[in-house]
Amino acid sequence: MPQYILSRLVLLFVMALLATLVIFLLANMVPGDPVLAQLGDLAASNKEFVAEWRAKWGLDLPLWQRYLIFLQQLSHGDLGISIASQRPVLQDVRDFAPATLELASVSFALSLIVGIPLGIMAAVRRDSWIDHLARLISLIGVSSPTFWLAFILLAVFYGGLQIAPGPGRIDSIGLPPPSVTGLYLLDSALAGDWATFRDAAAHLVLPSIVLAAATLGLITRTTRASMLECMQQDYVRVARAKGLRSRRIVIGHILPNALIPIVTLGGLAYANLLTGAVLTETIFSWPGLGRYTFRSAVSLDFPAIMGITLIVAVVYLIINLVIDVSYALLDPRVVR
Amino acid sequence: MSAVDAPLGLRSVAPIQSKLRRGLRRYSLPVIGALIIIAWIVVAIIAPLLSPYLPSTVDVTARLRPPSSTHWLGTDVLGRDVFTRLIYGTRISLTTGMVVVLVGAFIGTLVGGIAAYARGRVEEVIMRATDLVLCFPPIILAMAIAAALGIGTTNTIIAMLVVWWPKFARLARSLVLVQRSQEYVEAAVVIGLSPARILLRHIIPNSIGPLIILVTLDVGNAIITFAGLSFLGLGVIPPTPEWGSMVSEGRELIEQWWVAAFPGFAILTIVLGFNFLGDGIRDWLDPRSRRR
Repeated sequence: MPQYILSRLVLLFVMALLATLVIFLLANMVPGDPVLAQLGDLAASNKEFVAEWRAKWGLDLPLWQRYLIFLQQLSHGDLGISIASQRPVLQDVRDFAPATLELASVSFALSLIVGIPLGIMAAVRRDSWIDHLARLISLIGVSSPTFWLAFILLAVFYGGLQIAPGPGRIDSIGLPPPSVTGLYLLDSALAGDWATFRDAAAHLVLPSIVLAAATLGLITRTTRASMLECMQQDYVRVARAKGLRSRRIVIGHILPNALIPIVTLGGLAYANLLTGAVLTETIFSWPGLGRYTFRSAVSLDFPAIMGITLIVAVVYLIINLVIDVSYALLDPRVVR
Repeated sequence: MSAVDAPLGLRSVAPIQSKLRRGLRRYSLPVIGALIIIAWIVVAIIAPLLSPYLPSTVDVTARLRPPSSTHWLGTDVLGRDVFTRLIYGTRISLTTGMVVVLVGAFIGTLVGGIAAYARGRVEEVIMRATDLVLCFPPIILAMAIAAALGIGTTNTIIAMLVVWWPKFARLARSLVLVQRSQEYVEAAVVIGLSPARILLRHIIPNSIGPLIILVTLDVGNAIITFAGLSFLGLGVIPPTPEWGSMVSEGRELIEQWWVAAFPGFAILTIVLGFNFLGDGIRDWLDPRSRRR
C-alpha cells in the first residue's frame, strides 16, 4: 500500500508540472493583450508607458525565460503578484478560498444526505412512485441551469416571500466573526457568537441548494444504479436464503459493496463543486474563488489565472489520488 | 430483467400484464424528450412566423411590460419582446450545443481511436495529454480561453471544444480496445486493409452505440455550459438574442421576473428533453441496464 501511494504521488507531481506548462503556454499564446485589458485605451496609446509597464511585469522577456522564472518562483511557494489587485496571488487565494470551501462543503453534505438515501430507496423499491420521484428529481437537478435556479429561488424566497436573506455571506450591517479559519460557521461557533452563526447559516441555505442541485442528481442516480448492480449478486441470494431481514441485507451487505462507484463519483463531484461555483458565486455575490477566477479571466490577469488554475489542478489531482486510495481501501483487489 | 430469471431476487414475481405497462413507462420518457427537442427545432426554424416583432426591435415606450396579449412573455429593459427574443434564441442554443458536441465527439473519437489502435508509445502520449486536459476544471479552463480569445460565439465554441474532446477520447479508446481483439479485425488485417480503413470503416462503426449515448446526453450539457458562459458575458455579443445572456440581463429584476424566468425555463426544458432522450437510448442500447 505505501508503495502504491508513493507511485501515485510521483505521478501527481509530474502531472502538476506538466499542468504548469500547459497553463503557461495557454496564457501566453492566446491573442488577448493584457496591456489593453488592464490599462485601457488611453494609457495603451502611450508607447513609453506601455514599454515600462511590460518590463515591470516581465512581459518583454522571451517565453522560455518567463516560464523558468515562473517555475523558480513557484519552487519558493510564490505564485506571483496579481496585476489587478497588486497583491500576491497566494494571499488572494487564501482570502477567497474559505468562502468557496464553506459553500462547497455544505452543498456536498446536502447532496449526500439527500442523494444516498433517495438512491437506496429508489433501488429497493424499483418502479414504485419513489423510484419515479427520484428519477424526476435527479433529471431536473441535472438539467437546471444554476444561474436560473438561483434567480428563481432568490425571486421567490427573498423578493417574494421574504423569508430568506439576500446575497452575500452575512447581513450587510453584520460584522464577520474574528477570522481563525475563514469559515464563518466555524469561526462564529468558536467565538460563541450564535447570532452571527445563525446569520451565516441562513445565508448559506439558498446558494448551497442551488449548487447542490446537479450533484444531488448525479449521486442519486449512481447510488441507485450501483445498488441495483449489487442486488443481482449471489451473496444477496445467500443472505436471503439464510433468512436475514431485508433491512439488514440492504444496509449490511449491499450498501458497502455499492459504495465504491459512489466514492469515485462523490470525490469528483466535490472537486467540481469547489471549482464549479463560478455561476452560483456570481449571482449570490459570494466572495469566493469562483468570482475571483472570473474577474481574473475577464481582465486577462495572467499571474492570477495561472496561480488559480494551478492550485485548482493540484486540488483536482489530489482529490483523484484520495479517490484511488480509498478505492484501494474499499476493494483490496485494486492494488494487485 | 424478467422476473422469472431471478425468483430469489429482492423483487416479487410481477404479473404478466404489468410487462406492457412497464414497457409503456420505459419508453414514455424518451418519447417525451424527442418531442420536446423536435418542438424546439420547429420553433427555431419558423421563428419569424411566430412573432410579429423582430428580436432587436427596441421600444422604449414599452419597457418592462408584464406578460399580456400583445407581449406574451412581457418586454425587457429596452422594451424588446421577450417571447420573440426567446424563440430566436433557440437557434443559437441548439446550434452551439450540437456543434460543440458533434465536433468534440469527432475529434475525441479520432484521437482515442488512434491511441487504442496504435498502442505502445503513441497511446501513452495521447492518453497522458488527454488526462492533462481533464485535470483542469472544464468551466474555468473554458472561461480563461474564451476571455483570452475575445468575446464572440465562434471563440466561445472554440474554448468549449478545447475542454470537450477528452471525454470522447477516453470512451472511444476503451471501445476500440474491446473491438480490436475481435476476429473481424484480424480478418481485415489479413486481407491487407490499411489501418486507417480498418479503424474508420470497421472498428468505429462497430463501437458507435455508447458514443451515441454520450453525444445525446451531452448536447444538453453543452447547451447549459454555453448559456452559463453567455450569462457571464463570455458568449454572444449583445444584442444577439441568447438565453444565457437574457437571464443575465434580467437577473437584477426580481420584480420584473419574466425577463429572466422564461429564457431560463426554456433552457431547462430543452436540456431535460436531451436528458430524457439520452436516458432512453441508454436503456435501449445497453442490454445490461435494460434488464433492470
